[in-house]
Amino acid sequence: MTVILSLKAKQSIDAWLLKYPIDQKQSCVIHALKVLQDENGGWLTEGAIEAVAAYLAMPKIAVYEVATFYSMFELQPIGKHKISVCTNIACLLNNGDKIVQHLKKRLNIEWGETTQDGCFTLKEVECLAACDGAPAMQIGQIYYENLTPERIDDILATLEPKEIKDGK
Amino acid sequence: MPFIEINGKKIEAEAGSMIIEVADCSNIQIPRFCYHKKLSIAASCRMCLVEVERAPKPLPACATPVTEGMKVWTRSPKALLAQKAVMEFLLINHPLDCPICDQGGECELQDLSMGYGQDASRYTEGKRVVKDKNIGSLIATDLTRCIQCTRCVRFGTEVAGIRELGATGRGECLEIGTFIEQSVSSELSGNMIDLCPVGALTSKPYRFTARGWELKQTPSIAPHDCVGSHIYVHTRRNQVMRVVPRENESINEAWVSDRDRFSYEALYHSDRLTQPKIKLKGEWQTVSWQIALEYIANRLSQIGSQHGANAIGALLSPNATLEEGYLLQKWMRGLGSHSIDHRLRQSDFRHQEGAPLFPGLGLPINELEQQSLVLLVGSDIRKEQPIIGLKLRKMALAGGKALVVNPVDVPFNFDIALKSIVCQGNLVLGLAKIAKALLNQSEIHFAKEAAWLASIEPEAVDIQMANLLRASGKKMIVMGALAASHPAFSQIKALTQLISELSGAKVGILTDGSNSAGAWLSGCIPHRLPGGKSVQGEAGFTIAEMFEKALKAYVLVNVEPHLDCIEGAKARRALEQAEFVVAINTFESPSLQKAVDVWLPLAPFSETSGTLVNTEGQWQSFVAVANPFEESRPGWKILRVLGNVCDIPDFDYETCEDVLAALRLEIGTPELTVIKPFCVDPIEYLANTDEIIRIAPIPLYASDGLVRRAPALQQTKDAGFRGLQINRTLATRLNLVGEAVRVQCEDCVMQLPLLIDEQMPDNTAMIFSGLEDTVSLGGPYSVLKLENI
Ligand code: SF4
Ligand code: FES
Ligand code: FES
Repeated sequence: MTVILSLKAKQSIDAWLLKYPIDQKQSCVIHALKVLQDENGGWLTEGAIEAVAAYLAMPKIAVYEVATFYSMFELQPIGKHKISVCTNIACLLNNGDKIVQHLKKRLNIEWGETTQDGCFTLKEVECLAACDGAPAMQIGQIYYENLTPERIDDILATLEPKEIKDGK
Repeated sequence: MPFIEINGKKIEAEAGSMIIEVADCSNIQIPRFCYHKKLSIAASCRMCLVEVERAPKPLPACATPVTEGMKVWTRSPKALLAQKAVMEFLLINHPLDCPICDQGGECELQDLSMGYGQDASRYTEGKRVVKDKNIGSLIATDLTRCIQCTRCVRFGTEVAGIRELGATGRGECLEIGTFIEQSVSSELSGNMIDLCPVGALTSKPYRFTARGWELKQTPSIAPHDCVGSHIYVHTRRNQVMRVVPRENESINEAWVSDRDRFSYEALYHSDRLTQPKIKLKGEWQTVSWQIALEYIANRLSQIGSQHGANAIGALLSPNATLEEGYLLQKWMRGLGSHSIDHRLRQSDFRHQEGAPLFPGLGLPINELEQQSLVLLVGSDIRKEQPIIGLKLRKMALAGGKALVVNPVDVPFNFDIALKSIVCQGNLVLGLAKIAKALLNQSEIHFAKEAAWLASIEPEAVDIQMANLLRASGKKMIVMGALAASHPAFSQIKALTQLISELSGAKVGILTDGSNSAGAWLSGCIPHRLPGGKSVQGEAGFTIAEMFEKALKAYVLVNVEPHLDCIEGAKARRALEQAEFVVAINTFESPSLQKAVDVWLPLAPFSETSGTLVNTEGQWQSFVAVANPFEESRPGWKILRVLGNVCDIPDFDYETCEDVLAALRLEIGTPELTVIKPFCVDPIEYLANTDEIIRIAPIPLYASDGLVRRAPALQQTKDAGFRGLQINRTLATRLNLVGEAVRVQCEDCVMQLPLLIDEQMPDNTAMIFSGLEDTVSLGGPYSVLKLENI
């Protein structure tokens, strides 16, 4: 079922539409998807894809292609914090695999899974363009670089729900 | 034009063309997967890498334009190394399952891997697997075999004009699929099967029934629409296995519609007649041809002497061949009756005397795409003549303007510049308003016409259309099926004629079936002999009159009147009251058993030779691709023998070619006065009352007996919605709430599922015709009463 675009979403998309020629509405597709994803707790429903297609006069499949191409779009519900870990060459050369192992163990989940409390989702991504700070990961909008297992513990501690932190 | 050298051979090349095009023209083979001459260049597979002088790396031949003096090597060590490397990569994720793949033996990947692949794979890691998707009844998917050439995706975007397949995911996870699992709905979707270079997309009805090397290929002509697409029929041991397109740049290019491709499935349907049958005292008896034909001759002569030859009428399918038509009319006229008609879906025959030699487009199909404007009148072109739809799409893509006057707001796969959607099927009013707008702009005063259209008020869109019509260069008005079947067709013709005179646009019409033009030419109309010569004395009855007058005997040639005729219910009633009905049909229609007295098994297009005349007036002959099934016989033979047993003189044709030659001779150089269909009759259909008028198009896959019996086509959406479609406004006005409604038309009442559809204009209801379920509901443009159940 097509999602009905909120006024805020429309305004945001419209503002971006102004930046492109009027017959090139599809230029705005990434932004539109992002707006809808943010409004829906971090993932896109089929209805959201249909809504973007209708709003930008694109074939649905074309919007779907974009949504499946970029790893920043989620098509399934995800946890509160999405941890995107780079597993490309620069990171791997800098012990990236240890970071991955540590994360998986600590969160007790595999790639693409979400912790039981719905707090974290772990995602393998390609180069984050942060090779100079490898190994790197991204949580939400924020980049974390030069990671070590200890640093990860610190970072996660700030994000975990309070009860866990208190050891309850 | 630049000169280039390929493999040491000097070739003059078209400036701006790509290396691969030049090589193709000179018969130099370059391997390729993603390149296709009818699609845009993707340059994604890299199979076409060639060595080019002074280029540091091999270049893709499909995406490298030629330059003066360029030197290319397609099989140098450097080129071969690159090609082999690409091949190896392509095969990494390919399942290499040729023995169980339907494409085996006719697979581009298989062929090229013979040339460029290694005998053993060096790849030992796991291969990717892609889940197959169900994309409908026509195309089977085995997406693990896909090599991501995106030909299918580009076909949808560029040619078919509906983007249904896409490439989702990325990198190794790239997959071909639809947005959520759904059927592909393009009326040209089958072409993706041909385009797919591997066995990822194969024909669902055909797959696993034969291997390419077992098939015999015979050229033929598609028997369903007035385009006359060129096809190949593939047979194995005298049985038709499939149909594929035969390239013909001037008509169907490299494509064929799904209707032409998949209708073959019906050829061996269980309804197929295998032997002549006659009904004696209510019992069906299988008889020999001899007995059946003599029985027919006797009964017809009896009826002729008792009631006069005028009591006999003949109906011919517009798909019947020229030869069949010629012999049918010769036989009927030999019996003394001029009542022969093929205009099964026409209801207004006024002004037929002034008609041109045959109705048609009036210009080569290929020139449609060069028009700067086309005004479509009463046509859902994609679902009537898919290939013509393609041409109009090309025109629109090239900047031509498409205008539409339609009774339903059907979707097009090209941009429509202006549309006028008329309520209650009132095409006459829609056209009158455009004509009036043009009349108002005209410098010359047309007194008669002005008086005729005095009460008409053009609206803004009509004036815009008039402006565009006047301003455009090459322009055409094209009438479609909804215009031709309109009860005021003569007025529609008169108005299009007037618009044509006021704007300089040409006028064409797209007719039903594959040989309407031929039927006119061969005299299968009640008022004309072959070649357009007028009937001496009184003309015969038109099809409408034949049903109205309830004749004593009817002869049907490949017609199932209740589904093929516009007034199906009336047709069936007329047949049922008749004393004697002969059906020379391919199929035995269960619901005609009561009406018919003799069934003669007619060979379909695949089992007869014959000629079809397409909408541009081209005579296209074809031969039988298989022997007649069981006891069926080609129509021309049946009709010839019927002529013989009825002692009609000059009926000794040895071959189908003899018949054609005789017809050619009789047509000679036609002399014909075409009378402009200018109507003095007052404009009809002006009342804009609250009445609900039924629009009754024929679904794409209900157009003839063959298509109606093709199982895979019948599973698609285009087999037609079996219910009622109206817009929300009307549903609200009538307070229709349920999922079904009670529909009443005259004295017939029926319950039909209701679909709210905003394509429908006010006070207009769409119920498809040509479907068994709704035959008794009467014809189009009738007044309906709708109620809650
Ligand atoms: S399905 Fe066939 S045509 Fe489509 S991308 Fe794959 S290989 Fe190419
Ligand atoms: S390789 Fe990890 S950020 Fe570039
Ligand atoms: S054919 Fe040239 S890259 Fe595919």
